[in-house]
Amino acid sequence: MLHQLSWKVGGQQGEGIESTGEIFSMAMNRLGYHLYGYRHFSSRIKGGHTNNKITVRPTQVRAIADDLDILVAFDQETIDVNYKELTENSIILADAKFDPVKPEDSKAPLFSVPFTEIAAELGTSLMKNMVAIGATSALLNLDNKVFQSVVDEIFGRKGEEVVKKNMEAIQRGYDVMSELLGERVGEWELEPADGKRRMFMIGNDAVALGALAAGSRFMAAYPITPASEIMEYMIKKLPKFGGAVIQTEDEIAAATMAIGANFGGVRSFTASAGPGLSLMMESIGLSGMTEQPLVIVDTQRGGPSTGLPTKQEQSDLMAMFYGTHGEIPKVVIAPSTVEEAFFDTIQAFNIAEELQLPVIVMTDLQLSLGKTTVDAFDYSKIEIRRGKIVDGEIPEPENKDYFKRYENTDDGVSPRVFPGTPNGIHHVTGVEHDETGKPNEAPGNRNTQMDKRFRKLDYLTFDTPVYVNAPHEEADVLLVGFNSTRGAIEEVQERLSAEGVKVNHAHIRLLFPFPAAEVAPLVAGAKKVVVVENNKTGQLANILKMNVGGHDKFACITKYDGTPFLPRELETKVKELLD
Amino acid sequence: MATFKDFRNSVKPNWCPGCGDFSVQAAIQRAAANVGIEPHELAVVAGIGCSGRIAGYINSYGFHGIHGRALPLAQGLKMANRDLNVIASGGDGDGFAIGMGHTVHAIRRNVDMTYVVMDNQIYGLTKGQTSPRSAQGFITKSTPGGAIEPSLKPLEVALSSGATFVAQGFSTDIKELTALIEEGINHKGFSFINVFSPCVTYNKVNTYDWFKEHLTKLGDIEGYDASDRDLAMRTVMEKEGLVTGIIYQDKETPSYQEKLNGYAETPLVDADLSLSEAEFGELVKEFM
Repeated sequence: MLHQLSWKVGGQQGEGIESTGEIFSMAMNRLGYHLYGYRHFSSRIKGGHTNNKITVRPTQVRAIADDLDILVAFDQETIDVNYKELTENSIILADAKFDPVKPEDSKAPLFSVPFTEIAAELGTSLMKNMVAIGATSALLNLDNKVFQSVVDEIFGRKGEEVVKKNMEAIQRGYDVMSELLGERVGEWELEPADGKRRMFMIGNDAVALGALAAGSRFMAAYPITPASEIMEYMIKKLPKFGGAVIQTEDEIAAATMAIGANFGGVRSFTASAGPGLSLMMESIGLSGMTEQPLVIVDTQRGGPSTGLPTKQEQSDLMAMFYGTHGEIPKVVIAPSTVEEAFFDTIQAFNIAEELQLPVIVMTDLQLSLGKTTVDAFDYSKIEIRRGKIVDGEIPEPENKDYFKRYENTDDGVSPRVFPGTPNGIHHVTGVEHDETGKPNEAPGNRNTQMDKRFRKLDYLTFDTPVYVNAPHEEADVLLVGFNSTRGAIEEVQERLSAEGVKVNHAHIRLLFPFPAAEVAPLVAGAKKVVVVENNKTGQLANILKMNVGGHDKFACITKYDGTPFLPRELETKVKELLD
Repeated sequence: MATFKDFRNSVKPNWCPGCGDFSVQAAIQRAAANVGIEPHELAVVAGIGCSGRIAGYINSYGFHGIHGRALPLAQGLKMANRDLNVIASGGDGDGFAIGMGHTVHAIRRNVDMTYVVMDNQIYGLTKGQTSPRSAQGFITKSTPGGAIEPSLKPLEVALSSGATFVAQGFSTDIKELTALIEEGINHKGFSFINVFSPCVTYNKVNTYDWFKEHLTKLGDIEGYDASDRDLAMRTVMEKEGLVTGIIYQDKETPSYQEKLNGYAETPLVDADLSLSEAEFGELVKEFM
């Protein structure tokens, strides 16, 4: 029995590859398996190779598997592009329709299976994916009953007949594959799982659900890969809670509209990716200067410019760190798991209101779109903190003067009052201003207000700024990363530890202000520090060097070809550095 | 009830003496009093430039934002609090150059708010460069040989962008301008009001006298019907945009908020933020 199975389905975009993976995953989730799904796709609507690689095992999984056990191919390109991931224990199931050819150096055997033909016999060739799922189920020795509830859920509203036909397609796939396999039926059977059903979601789902749970009732956004799912979820859900989403004319409008709504007293946000973030830089400055809360989600993708719009990269770090002209206080958060994406989004809304500044929730494409199982989020851990908002009546100001919206307080945070409140009238401006919000360019006032704005950062509270798994006081190596490299690093830590290497792991969750106090002892306690990141210039390594000593220990493993780190390649590179 | 004096504050405008913007400010203050709102029920959101300072000169909530972005800020604010009266304002550079994309989309989106443009056909605060509203041949620091680009036609743009309220005023006629802004505030949807607000320092062509000579009041045109969009477009084109009054009003089309599915009838700012455990449980279950 296998502990882990890696299954990939591939074909042309637009021919149901995604739903094939979805149905297979849902069934495995219902059996209690942990899953990690990662899609390869292109920036076009139809055509072009796409695939969905799903790693399944009875224990938690956060990394893409090194190898591939089963490849389901709906075209020759899928075989040609992916066969190198296969081992001698793997298998290719290919649709007989395209007369599949096994590459000469393929280690895995190829079985030509009449997916389309069987589906067509049953009424529609569209069901070829169900036949392929049935064939898979023969390899895994699954009871086809597990698919019944999934098929009911997906096709139920199309009627009993459609459900029946799809189940039949699965059964036919199972039967034909069993015949082809002979005694190899069930050779890819997995160790049993706990039967517990988990949430199965992408990072973007978790961010969106987090925003909803945090009380956000307005979103303004412009469609962009890989962020759009966040907006789409909010469009589906917000009307049920009286809220609204505006799809704006551009990202500038999206961010400024969100600032306007926050000024109005509603928790509001926007979500975008690199190109959109470039356009939002002036809004980030406005939010910082006018002390209006603003939450922005940056789902990093391959840059620069349009770059690699559908590929993994972590290269917005410096832009988020320094972005906008001039100097403002700002908070940048980088969750590394789906669960963190949910809770960190809630933290982001709390911090944005408590400290009245822009908070950027930075994810990356792999985290945003990677689909994974996660235990249901704990409702009791959801906390909404809105900071200083004037409660109760405000005395009438003298001489119609403004309410002191920018009062120079000890913690730098001045009470907010929302438009519409009697006696709370005040002025907000991106021009330097005094305590009442009136423009004021005097040097003394400038220092007071600048210092007040920055003082707020001293009062930041953030739950778990660094995820740490450091079993060793004196480690041979400290692996450091952020966002979705978490899974690959965890696997490498496990493998190297098994070989006797003392490995510690720190994953930075709060990027700015940088949690130097948490990171410094880990750096001090390691012979070598290896920073792992998906960019060319080693941005996180540079930020670490800026904030923490011990530069001579630093090494950096970068990757910027658009593909995520696989555990084995990372393991090899770490070992090279340790030799 | 508040009078226009209640909408005055203690801040002294830094506009040049004789600037058209003084009258626009006065007209907004009078209109606000006339429609019967209190200062705290009004928010003025402005862009950047001389005109942008208006947000700080009216006793109301004010937001002086970023160049060209008054409209998205104002729409966001209105979405947060549908009971608030929101007026966005700015200059012709703000609305028709850097912010033109927002202007067209705000017009077609039709959020219930008012937009007052102080159109002086020049960049004043940066000390005299051409504006998208400058006439061809207009000599400025940035067009020493005369502007070679044609002037942008905001009324035609508004009409062709699906506007439900288009008006134009002239800052010396405070009475008419006040009435236009009142109508704009009362209009259920996005009201676009362009105001000729002369720059006495940098525009020596489009002066008060020039406008007096060239403007036609729509009320003086026999049979003019502001509910007739074709007539509005023809008239604006014939008069080369030099008209004042309500050019077009569509009283039938509901505002964005009214069309929006599920949008709360009470201000969003008053909404309960927390999800109940049952509501959250339902949302979680959808992913299982």
